[in-house]
Amino acid sequence: MLAYNTVHALTRPVMEPCRLVATELACRRGDRVLFSGLSLALEAGEALHVTGPNGTGKSSLIRILARLLRPYAGQVEHQGSLALVDERLALDEHLPLGRALAFWQNLDGCRSPGAALHMLQLEDLLEVPVRFLSTGQRKRAALARLLNGGRRIWLLDEPLNGLDSQARGAVEALLALHCGGGGIALVASHQPIALPGKQSLHLPDFAT
Amino acid sequence: MSVLATLLRRDLAALLPGSARGNSLLPLLFFLAVAMLYPFAIGPEPQLLAATGGGVIWVAALLAAILPLDRLLATDVENGFFDQWTLRGIAEEVVVAVRLLAHWLSFGPIIIAAAIPASALVGMDGETLRIVLIGLLAGTPGLAAIGIIIAAVTVGLRGGGAALSGLLMIPLAVPLLIFGAGSLSSGGEGGLALTGAISLVLVAIAPFAGGAAIRAAREG
Repeated sequence: MLAYNTVHALTRPVMEPCRLVATELACRRGDRVLFSGLSLALEAGEALHVTGPNGTGKSSLIRILARLLRPYAGQVEHQGSLALVDERLALDEHLPLGRALAFWQNLDGCRSPGAALHMLQLEDLLEVPVRFLSTGQRKRAALARLLNGGRRIWLLDEPLNGLDSQARGAVEALLALHCGGGGIALVASHQPIALPGKQSLHLPDFAT
Repeated sequence: MSVLATLLRRDLAALLPGSARGNSLLPLLFFLAVAMLYPFAIGPEPQLLAATGGGVIWVAALLAAILPLDRLLATDVENGFFDQWTLRGIAEEVVVAVRLLAHWLSFGPIIIAAAIPASALVGMDGETLRIVLIGLLAGTPGLAAIGIIIAAVTVGLRGGGAALSGLLMIPLAVPLLIFGAGSLSSGGEGGLALTGAISLVLVAIAPFAGGAAIRAAREG
């Protein structure tokens, strides 16, 4: 299903260096410390699978790394642009999918959105208002926004939720391409996912 | 296209009358309904109507500015738009400033235009109408700024936010009403100048107060 000649149009011609380093992170939600002493370092081309049951702080870790949440302790450093996909779609519910995505394409300066739409099989859904999309279709729409953003560091929170096996394969192929092109991917998922390098981090190991 | 133009275009598409969400004619209809019902409630005495009509136009303008508050910022925070903007290095302050402009454009000019037929309904003379129009021009940006600050502060509240924002808006709008509507009775230019001054201060602080409130809601 993947047309590799269109896929290669997505990898950036000029490689900016990128890295993501976190040292001794701790996260507190309410009066509970979810994890502490967590350090990680990802260089260009590396991927990390963050695992753990619900409520262990996977989403919080992603939001800390995205600089949206302040860590209780520790520091985050990153070089290269960040992108986030979580359960919030950030697309206008009342607009047709094509126009909702066009808003982000304009902001991100994306000239050729077609390849991403083709890979995620969204071409037939462009006229459908976002609020009528199914769970899997919404997830694919968020991934299209991610692809067309052209960012170097991907932070993905449960990207496989609601996807069928075909779409899962597409996401895994996209991640392989992204890392192959010198990008960084950090994926939080309780489901198994094939990532380049097969690095993983089990979050309950850092629970206090 | 620049970031600001892209943001403004989306905001206007969502807020302007006749847009996809469609219910933005509501402030205008609400405003005209108040002006229309007022003579029935107060009685047909021309002097009384002309003397109090300017004040009721101001109150109607204030209430019309409250109507869109509940969906002004909250839906974008809940849907993750602000997270995505922050990741792209677009500050909350910038988004709030653009949203303030769009909010004012969605009700300010319409209400200033609608004040002309409304003034006929309450039998206002030309000179009073002039002061009302200048006052609304000076005061509605301030009303929009108060509105956006309140919308930002109540962003984290699920349900109940709409009623609360209306209640919060009323005391904060008192200075604008005192000087804006007060300039009608005194006939003074001083009241109008003070209305404009309050508006300018509110417009200047609104993006910073709003941005800080949205960031604080994210930590919760």
